[in-house]
Amino acid sequence: MMTFLLKGVLRDRGRSLFPFIVVTTGVFLTVTLYCYIRGAELDVVRSNANLRHGHVKVVTRAYAKDVDQIPNDLALLGASAQIRDLERAYPDLEWVPRIEFGGLLDIPDAHGETRAQAPVAGFGADLRTPGSPEPGLLGLANILVAGRLPEAPGEMLLSAGLAERLKVGPGDTATLIGTTMHGAMSMTNFKVAGTIRFGIAALDRMGLVADIVDVRKALDMNDAAGEILGLSRDGLYRPDRLAAAAAAFNARFAGSGDEFAPVMQTLRDQPGMAMMFDRIRDVTNIIFVIFLLAMSLVMWNAGLVGTLRRYGEFGVRLAIGEDKGRIYRSLIAESLMIGVLGSIAGTILGLALSYYVQAVGINLAGVLKNVSFLMPTVIRSRVSAAAFFVGFIPGLLATLVGAGIAGRGIYRRQTAQLFKELES
Amino acid sequence: MNRAISWLALILAASSSSAAFPPRQASAGAPAASLLLDRVDANAIAGNKILVAEMVIRGRRDSRSVKSRSWIQGTEKAFTEYLEPAREKGTKMLKLGDQLWTYSPDTDRTIAISGHMLRQSVMGSDLSYEDMMEDKRLRLVYDATITGEEVVLDRPCWVLDLVSRTGDAAYASRKVRVDKERFLVLKEERFAKSGRLLKTLEVRSAKLVQGRWVAAEAVFRDVLKQGEGTVFKIETIEFDAAIPEALFTKASLRK
Repeated sequence: MMTFLLKGVLRDRGRSLFPFIVVTTGVFLTVTLYCYIRGAELDVVRSNANLRHGHVKVVTRAYAKDVDQIPNDLALLGASAQIRDLERAYPDLEWVPRIEFGGLLDIPDAHGETRAQAPVAGFGADLRTPGSPEPGLLGLANILVAGRLPEAPGEMLLSAGLAERLKVGPGDTATLIGTTMHGAMSMTNFKVAGTIRFGIAALDRMGLVADIVDVRKALDMNDAAGEILGLSRDGLYRPDRLAAAAAAFNARFAGSGDEFAPVMQTLRDQPGMAMMFDRIRDVTNIIFVIFLLAMSLVMWNAGLVGTLRRYGEFGVRLAIGEDKGRIYRSLIAESLMIGVLGSIAGTILGLALSYYVQAVGINLAGVLKNVSFLMPTVIRSRVSAAAFFVGFIPGLLATLVGAGIAGRGIYRRQTAQLFKELES
Repeated sequence: MNRAISWLALILAASSSSAAFPPRQASAGAPAASLLLDRVDANAIAGNKILVAEMVIRGRRDSRSVKSRSWIQGTEKAFTEYLEPAREKGTKMLKLGDQLWTYSPDTDRTIAISGHMLRQSVMGSDLSYEDMMEDKRLRLVYDATITGEEVVLDRPCWVLDLVSRTGDAAYASRKVRVDKERFLVLKEERFAKSGRLLKTLEVRSAKLVQGRWVAAEAVFRDVLKQGEGTVFKIETIEFDAAIPEALFTKASLRK
């Protein structure tokens, strides 16, 4: 019976091709959107990880306690050795030192007197070491508004908004008035190499980025780092695996009472991150569910229309003595087959495109050349296990429900009406 | 730093001479509190002085030492040059009245310290620039009450409660122990308007220099910080020294 019906579905394109195309298209869109949404979530994670938090972060216990105050007096000492140890223990992660700091930026006039002054919030990253991943992680080349990236000692990048306010540009000198890790006031001259626009309000208002060597010198933090960020080399955030790594790392120091012992925190463990990610997940889930409902309605409608188109056929089948229940069951079985075939085809197409967008990405660098906010220039999807079956929800269920509801008409079909319909 | 030393010198240095004491108040044998403050101010505030001092900053993590030479004229003018460590060598500070500048040889810049910067720590010590700038005589800023007697450093002291009479004082109130004979403040607590303890001072030793008692070593502690306080040690101090007026100019910072 099933083989007979399947042959009918495959050979009688007049009644199966349209529903199949609708289901395939719907499932393809559903799978593609699902993967894109998960990819967008990943981009948020990636931006946060690259810019400030890492997929994991190693700091001292004391620093972790007051992390909001950026307590550089509690920074990790001997950062180079610590990074070497971390690289040995976690080779699948890339480890980079960072120093966040605050201070005042003082702009001199021709006589060296203060012409303008503004508070700044900056960070030091390894920008000059050849092969350093930092310029890429921070996407500095993409957000450069004027000038160039730091190439020589004592150069920095200043947020474009702050540069405009202070009336400075590439080539100008500015004095950073900060606080050393010993709490003393420090004054350090920097040359503005370029201006950047992060697209993050706080950073665009008062942001400053300099090479970590210069920041260490300015803040008297010889071989120290406020934070050591660990980022997975393939860019993917795997919370469970990283949580296990962090737990194992922290267990090594569990017996130590030293407040300056290192502690590893995952991205999700860091202040505010879990809540932010949960909210993003909630919002994207709502968006996806709305899309799923809309797509289900389309497919349900396709099932209804496909069944209604066959009322004539049902009348003839009833007239030649076929049982109503048998016709209804065959209709459901056919819609199930179309749903399965369409869902499989749509899922394959959707996954194929999503895999491509995940692996290669869609490069929008050209389009985003003049965009003045931080957003990834390469759009990437993410294919997860759920992507393999999410398309079956509208593809199978909606088609079945549509056919099931429309098929109820079979039981109301009057053969007496059939001849009138055939005559007309 | 200059004001730190200046402050210590002003507040802690006092004459050892036992001048006739004015009328008394409170309990039997107690002098009038305001006149006691006059005596402390008079003995602490010298004309010119040059001093070399060391600050040992005992932080939460480590301890570091900063050495400086200061030229001080009254309460209005002070010039300090940092001698050690190498990173700070050549850094200079100039105080003229209520203005403060710092010069950094690395940047060849002179920056005025004002606004919220005044709350920053001086060289990472427990002393803030605001502490440095507080140059008014105690008598002009605080109303004093003698509340008792204590023995500090084996010296009999009057206990004075000082309450600010102006709204702009860095500390709303203080509790000071003044040596009954040397008029040297040997111990002090400084409080915020809320009554919260902010800073403490404890003199560890005093010495007689050119007829004045000075605190040779004292621990100043910001209780809001987690360190163990900053030890101030006066290595040399010379009163009534000749100081060229040109030193107290911004131009001298870059020399």
